[in-house]
Amino acid sequence: MPRALFEKTGNAVWISHLDLMRVFQRAFKRAELPLTHTHGFNPRPSVSIALPMSVGIESCCELLDFDLEGNPIPNEEILSRLNEKLIRGVRVMEVYDNGQKLRNLALMDCALVLEFDNGIPDGACEELKALFSRESLCVEKKGKNGVTQQDIIPMIRRMDIRETDEHSICITARIFCQNPTLNPMQIYSAVELYRPKLRADEVSFRRLEIYDIQENIFR
Amino acid sequence: MTDLKRRILPTVQKPARYTGGEWGEIQKKKDDVRVRVAFCFPDTYEIGMSNVGMRILYGVMNRMDGVWCERVFAPWGDMEEAMRIHSLPLWALESQDPVKDFDMIAFTIGYEMSYSNILNMLLLAGVPLHASERQGLHNMVFAGGVCAFNPEPLADFIDFFSLGEGEESTPQIVALYDCAKAEGWSKERFLKEVSRIPGVYVPSFYRHEYNPDGTLKRIIPLDGAPETVTKRIVEDLDSAYFPTDMIVPSTEIVHDRANLEVFRGCIRGCRFCQAGFSCRPVRKKSPEVLYRQAVETMAHSGNNEITLSSLSTSDYRGLKELTDRLIPYCADQHISLSVPSLRADNFSRELMEKLQAVRKSGLTFAPEAGTQRLRDVINKNLTEEEILSTCAQAFSGGWSNVKLYFMLGLPTETDEDVLGIAELVYKIIQEWKEHGTSKKRGLRIHVATAYFVPKPHTPFQWEKQISPQEYLRRCKLLKEHFYSKSIEYDYHSPDLSRLEAVFARGDRRLGAVIETAVRSGARLDGWDEYFNYAKWCAAFQDCGIEENFYTVRGYGEEEILPWDTIDVGVNKQFLLRERRRAYEGVVTPDCRHGCAGCGANKLLKEVECDA
Repeated sequence: MPRALFEKTGNAVWISHLDLMRVFQRAFKRAELPLTHTHGFNPRPSVSIALPMSVGIESCCELLDFDLEGNPIPNEEILSRLNEKLIRGVRVMEVYDNGQKLRNLALMDCALVLEFDNGIPDGACEELKALFSRESLCVEKKGKNGVTQQDIIPMIRRMDIRETDEHSICITARIFCQNPTLNPMQIYSAVELYRPKLRADEVSFRRLEIYDIQENIFR
Repeated sequence: MTDLKRRILPTVQKPARYTGGEWGEIQKKKDDVRVRVAFCFPDTYEIGMSNVGMRILYGVMNRMDGVWCERVFAPWGDMEEAMRIHSLPLWALESQDPVKDFDMIAFTIGYEMSYSNILNMLLLAGVPLHASERQGLHNMVFAGGVCAFNPEPLADFIDFFSLGEGEESTPQIVALYDCAKAEGWSKERFLKEVSRIPGVYVPSFYRHEYNPDGTLKRIIPLDGAPETVTKRIVEDLDSAYFPTDMIVPSTEIVHDRANLEVFRGCIRGCRFCQAGFSCRPVRKKSPEVLYRQAVETMAHSGNNEITLSSLSTSDYRGLKELTDRLIPYCADQHISLSVPSLRADNFSRELMEKLQAVRKSGLTFAPEAGTQRLRDVINKNLTEEEILSTCAQAFSGGWSNVKLYFMLGLPTETDEDVLGIAELVYKIIQEWKEHGTSKKRGLRIHVATAYFVPKPHTPFQWEKQISPQEYLRRCKLLKEHFYSKSIEYDYHSPDLSRLEAVFARGDRRLGAVIETAVRSGARLDGWDEYFNYAKWCAAFQDCGIEENFYTVRGYGEEEILPWDTIDVGVNKQFLLRERRRAYEGVVTPDCRHGCAGCGANKLLKEVECDA
């Protein structure tokens, strides 16, 4: 089953996970790349995105598994035909076979940019560093079974916090993205919860890279 | 996109509906554009993007040189609140520019209960509400759609209406504006000139005078305006513009599929149905053209579902030819083909079975009335036998879901007719007991009753609407006679239908009511989450206007009707004749069994009515 590495940027970040699947299904169809279909009451084209992403997050390391029927088509051709029919902000960067087993996907680098319209509050970086140096940091997680408390510290392998200009702080972190999963938005939730004074005027989230448990780049 | 919008988007539900950027969206260079049109749909993105008319006119305007038409939808409540807090004016999706910067602002109106959204959108855009407050050519507001066939409640707010089908008239209107803008015309001169385009109605060219009892005394055309304005139609649908490169939303919409209209008009003449009369005459589209457009549409959009639409698809003469070609194509392409509004005839049953190969949908009937007597009154020629035999066949084919739609409060309705619904449902249950094959799953019958709303340009345009109390009594009566657990019964709340009745047959005095209601927060009335009847009641009271005048009163046959200026092709004598026949319980055969003489064929110059 071939795999596509794609990015989601610009206005496309507002498209939800389920809608993005539909966007891909239609792009495949427009590109005359026939997807195989599930066998069921309502046959559906088989595409799946490795790590569902919350609305509003940008990424340059998304994986899409798909399966085509009919004669094999070279991967470069799939890539170019697909990109021609995709919407702005969703772009496939690579199509390849023999992708690694998704269950071995474990870690992710993410970046959070906190913007402060009136300048970064005094000592903000230090306060943030101290906060994330704690032994544990519980935040609420909304799941299928309601709201639960989750300690996010064990899910952060490392973190870097620095000022990028006088208005913004960038937090980059290597976090668990599968078993267990830490949503980068929870890192900011911790800031809001424990350091309400550091609430930013705007926060943007970005997925940067994905890894296996040994921290080798995952493809 | 501004920082402000980027900050608001994460805080609202379904932000993708506010950003544009979908496949097929039209972008143009502002330097090449002379006329910018903000095409507004007075409801949310999900509803508006499901509207075929809007998609056609979007294409029509954007293929004009120097014209850029963009889309605008009503924001959901959370976005509206954020817009108000941050003073962010309503914007168009393509350029993200504020609506108030546009030359023309167009609305397509298909539902009376979206009137509040029209005003609210103008308010959110920061555009003056009243036509009289907008000076000059900038922000010229015009509107079309089925509701324009009685435009009077909106007369204060809309500069002019475009009546009927817009494929040909819209480019004429926009081209005239282009010229007016280049030559710097006054608004008065533009309105005068635009009113010469057939199908354009300028409400400010008419004065409405009332009798002491509130009825219309006379309608006075000013300055040589025509007595009546006739709606526009497209005569040859095969050569009419139809965009096969439509926008494909990136987020789910209500009708998330390609939609192909197979013909226009209706041969049936159900006496309550506004579309059935106001969309006449019948014009066909050939199966070849439809097949080509279907294939092109599917190839461009990548949709996996297509629906064949019309007011009564079984009456499309080319249906067999078209489906014979489409079914194999769709099966091959993994496309599911749906054909709604089929009648319960033999061919339709076969077709349903063939379609089942792709997907199995539910079985839906709209008998509208419970007894044959009342179905004859409303001229709904669907017989009990047809319903029962179709059900029997479907049950033996494994179906176990039936939906039935009825109306309560139809003219001449008695309790016997109401109970006739329960009886019909009981007979369907008997059919299932006899023929049902998947008994384990059990039968589910979903019955819904709507509150009859008399509509303009129908034989029932003079009728009384029953009172909400009486409607609820009939609902309760019916409910008490549903014994089986298989039945799920829903009845619409009367409040919304009562308002719908007011505005459907409303006059100019209602403008003040709409404005008062909107200023007190009424909007998104089609949504349970937002509909607030109390606000509307208060608005009627504040304006000293009695709802009953437009509902339970009924209109006299001699009375001047607010929509008398509008000619949809069907003449009043015919409507009156149909009304008499309704009271006599006499059916009028469909147009293929003899022309009933409605008059709509006179709209045709080049072709014959295809009834």
